[in-house]
Amino acid sequence: MSKKLLLQHIDVPGINTYEVYRKQGGYKAVEKALKEMTADQILEEVKTSGLRGRGGAGFPTGMKWSFLAKPEGVARYLVCNADESEPGTFKDRYLMEKIPHLLIEGMIASSFALGANTAYIYIRGEYFYVHRILENAIKEAYANGWLGKNILGTGYDLDLYMQIGAGAYICGEETALLESLEGKRGNPRIKPPFPAVAGLWGRPTVVNNVETIAAVVPIINEGGANYANIGVGKSTGTKLISASGHINKPGVYEIELGLPVEEFIYSDQYCGGIRNGKELKAVVAGGSSVPILPKELILKTAAGEPRLMSYESLGDGGFQTGTMLGSGGFIVMDEDTSIVKNLYTFSRFYHHESCGQCSPCREGTGWMEKILKKIISGNGTLSDVDLLWDIQSKIEGKTICPLGEAAAWPVAAAIRHFRKEFEEYVTNPQNIVDVKHYYRVNNLAAV
Amino acid sequence: MNVKIQFSEKALASVNEIIARYPADKKKSALIPVLHIAQAEFDGWLSAETMDYVASILEIKPIEVYEVASFYSMFNLKPVGKCLLEVCRTSSCWLMGAEDVVRFIENKLNIKEGETTADGKFTLKTVECLGACGYAPMLQVGDKFYEFLTLEKTEKIIDNLDSTGKRSTYNGWQTGKESEIIMNRVD
Ligand SMILES: Cc1cc2nc3c(=O)[nH]c(=O)nc-3n(C[C@H](O)[C@H](O)[C@H](O)COP(=O)(O)O)c2cc1C
Ligand code: FES
Repeated sequence: MSKKLLLQHIDVPGINTYEVYRKQGGYKAVEKALKEMTADQILEEVKTSGLRGRGGAGFPTGMKWSFLAKPEGVARYLVCNADESEPGTFKDRYLMEKIPHLLIEGMIASSFALGANTAYIYIRGEYFYVHRILENAIKEAYANGWLGKNILGTGYDLDLYMQIGAGAYICGEETALLESLEGKRGNPRIKPPFPAVAGLWGRPTVVNNVETIAAVVPIINEGGANYANIGVGKSTGTKLISASGHINKPGVYEIELGLPVEEFIYSDQYCGGIRNGKELKAVVAGGSSVPILPKELILKTAAGEPRLMSYESLGDGGFQTGTMLGSGGFIVMDEDTSIVKNLYTFSRFYHHESCGQCSPCREGTGWMEKILKKIISGNGTLSDVDLLWDIQSKIEGKTICPLGEAAAWPVAAAIRHFRKEFEEYVTNPQNIVDVKHYYRVNNLAAV
Repeated sequence: MNVKIQFSEKALASVNEIIARYPADKKKSALIPVLHIAQAEFDGWLSAETMDYVASILEIKPIEVYEVASFYSMFNLKPVGKCLLEVCRTSSCWLMGAEDVVRFIENKLNIKEGETTADGKFTLKTVECLGACGYAPMLQVGDKFYEFLTLEKTEKIIDNLDSTGKRSTYNGWQTGKESEIIMNRVD
């Protein structure tokens, strides 16, 4: 059994309520942090733990916290990123739905470490029923003295509020999120200045993902060094993986970083293999933005080493033969899946979600969607495939925020690894067979 | 500005609670949550009159409300049917048959995606990933997530909504008992 730090008590009935959560040892990290530790000691533990941001970029959390500016007399904030809209990702929702007090506990301990007296959880608008769960949990935490004035008699004050979004993927990008929290359109800001210096209302702000903040709880309870002992190399601790697509057991799994990808896909403890006895074709391992990999490259690196669920192993080979851990949105596709059609759903998504500030992204995502639509409707040409390649290469690195890259990478990777399928689609569109639920290319040998 | 509409007392209480979550000089931060409440209060969409009203409450210019309302996909700037059926069409849902669900609803209700039935009961919309990828395919109606859809299940859901005839929107800022909460996710 692999070690669980976040979802350890997930099956305890009523764990979403304060009483049960507390009985299972909940809020001990807050007691320890506020009564026995200084803010600097907590920061040191987080640094020692090696925890990396779970929102997608994997930036070391301790380092991010240490960048927070602390000018005298200026309020600073902790903002939790619960926007979760990277396709394939639903772990934050699961955590907030099942064990909301873990997030609240993490928010309190982290806010204390950062010296914030006000904190916000920015949650995507569509998670209506999760809003209620969180609101209830926050009320319970206030009622039991974990939030508000003079917490545990230590003199530390913290107000925690939820703020809801209204349907915009871009608001997951931290500066767009801050704009949205200020009641504006979600247009990402030019960096620098970084939020650590000028964030919410121009004041120093740390933005962290739900899972990152939740992980601070076991780090305080068990110590940073013990946390760092779990995992492999610079991928320490556990990670929540959202598994979806053609697998027998879709859902959210907490894994120790370093688990072999093959075990994750085929073991009954996790995905339980491919549905209907089909063969695996490809995987998008870290949410829609990361490069898709064909079966051979997701199970083994180009060098023939087993691929592991870790930042380094998934990244092995760069974008030529590797991918990224990203948000942990693990989308599995079986042998009948059309990579071209799946890519179309991604490109349509990015076009829909581009905020429109930067021309390469605003126009490029639209062109890519249009060309893919032309291809899947049977009217594509071989030069369209080259044009797609050309457009994606001209978006990357030319935009204010990384949505540009997020839109370009999936296109590049699909063409890089599945060019034959694109060519088949444009030269023999009559061979594309509509199977129930998805599309496949008829006369291609198992790719 | 001559605004005639008015929030109910309950909604106004929620609005004031939300405004209190931000520093006194940052009232504008309450805009998005308040627009959600306004949309639920005033027939599921945001008319110019509604947006002007929200502007007056938050003491900001109407344009500041329009530019936000038009940015976010959850805000409807045109009237919608009593039940807004939103089917996710992104990768994981597509892999599991979202297109079949859309086609089925189109045929059943005799409308195309983006349209409203003649009796004003249903609007069908396709949307991007709603964070239910592992429970695909999925459909959101108001504040409910219907997951692991089959065509039979989809039909039942629509028939049930049809028979209640109620508007399915988010009812403001309510918190509920646990049993009510869990009910809002329908597997
Ligand atoms: C287009 C875009 C969308 C993003 N969406 C999310 C998101 O939904 N949730 C999230 O936690 N981070 C998201 N991020 C990453 C955030 O910008 C930020 O890096 C993260 O919240 C930092 O938290 P962490 O260090 O704890 O991961 C997104 C980034 C980009 C560029
Ligand atoms: S892809 Fe449909 S909910 Fe994520």
